[in-house]
Amino acid sequence: MERIPILKMGPFLLVTIQVDLYDRLALTLENDLINMVSKTEAKGVLIDISAVSIVDSFMGRILGNIASMSKIMDAATVVVGMQPAVAITLVELGLTLAGVHTALDVEQGMELLRNKIGQLDTDEEGLYDSFI
Amino acid sequence: MNKESAAALKGKKKQILDTWMANQTKDAALRDDLMSVAELQQQSEEFLNSLLKAFASSQAENPDSAGYEPIHDILSEISISRARQGFSPRETSAYILSLKEVLSQTLEERYKDDTTVLYREIISMNKIMDSLSLVTTETYIKGREEVILRQTSEMSEISTPVIRVWEGILALPIIGTLDSARTQVVMEALLEEIVATGSRIAILDISGVPTVDSLVAQHLIKTVSAARLMGAECIISGIRAEIAQTIVHLGIDLTNIYTKATLASALKMSFSMLNIQVTRASQNGPIGSKQNFGF
Repeated sequence: MERIPILKMGPFLLVTIQVDLYDRLALTLENDLINMVSKTEAKGVLIDISAVSIVDSFMGRILGNIASMSKIMDAATVVVGMQPAVAITLVELGLTLAGVHTALDVEQGMELLRNKIGQLDTDEEGLYDSFI
Repeated sequence: MNKESAAALKGKKKQILDTWMANQTKDAALRDDLMSVAELQQQSEEFLNSLLKAFASSQAENPDSAGYEPIHDILSEISISRARQGFSPRETSAYILSLKEVLSQTLEERYKDDTTVLYREIISMNKIMDSLSLVTTETYIKGREEVILRQTSEMSEISTPVIRVWEGILALPIIGTLDSARTQVVMEALLEEIVATGSRIAILDISGVPTVDSLVAQHLIKTVSAARLMGAECIISGIRAEIAQTIVHLGIDLTNIYTKATLASALKMSFSMLNIQVTRASQNGPIGSKQNFGF
């Protein structure tokens, strides 16, 4: 069966969706990705959907689900490269993907994730400092 | 219309054309500023030739028959071009109606002695010419509608320029009322430009929007959400006092959207979001000297 590869890049996971997502594929991706987050203790998930031209409410929900699940497991989700037509469709469907961060391309998405991690690190240091 | 009348009209073709031209040029409705007399003469001759050929055909009574097809084509061409040139409907239909008058006169001369035949032939000629004048009016209106459609689409394109004000910052001055169709054009233009330039911030300036009702606000929120989904942030600027009042009175929630009063403060905010600092250069020369501007 077809699967979407999940690449590990340091503390982040990179998923590039090159085909049009059908429902079963999206569900498999959600499953694989969450397992991978738990296995690698990733701090961030970057999903590149620049090649996706068709989107429906189910796909929108899956993206939201991945973000919420990752958040529970302490990983931020960034969706990058959304096409204008896809963005318009999602807005018309009323899906604004609340918990999801977005960026224009992979580069800016990585930068965003790095900033998030940086904030986390300083926060935690501060937390430890106050303990000591 | 019988063969005899067709032959009679054909025989008097030159005379008919001359009288018709005389009638047209005499008419106050003639627009010699829009079309030269020579051009009109050529157009009329071509039309008359095909009309007489159709009269002589076996199905001369039926204005929808194949014999009349070239005439319909010529008429459509004439009235569409006249619609574009700015002729009025009266001027356009006067073209064919003035021919009817000349044809009647010619038939009258031919059947001077036989009023029964004259009556029948005039009626049948009238029927054909009326149907042709309907074709003229119909295509004239079609031509005008095409002009209106083109202007509408041009207007909606012209009125939504996306301007690149800085590296990574786009501005979109919206002028005129936002309706659903225009929002679609604006939104698409903006999102395409965000992708093309890789800009992270877009400023929507609504100083030129006369009123903001709940529908317009909803369209704005949609545009902002779509841009956000693509990874760009939107700032709405140019909110006038009365617009702020309307928004609050209508109970529209804009708390999740960055809003600024002027384009300048929106630009300032974008600079701080992109960590850009703009400082005054040290003044070595007099203000306004060329070296200050890096030329």
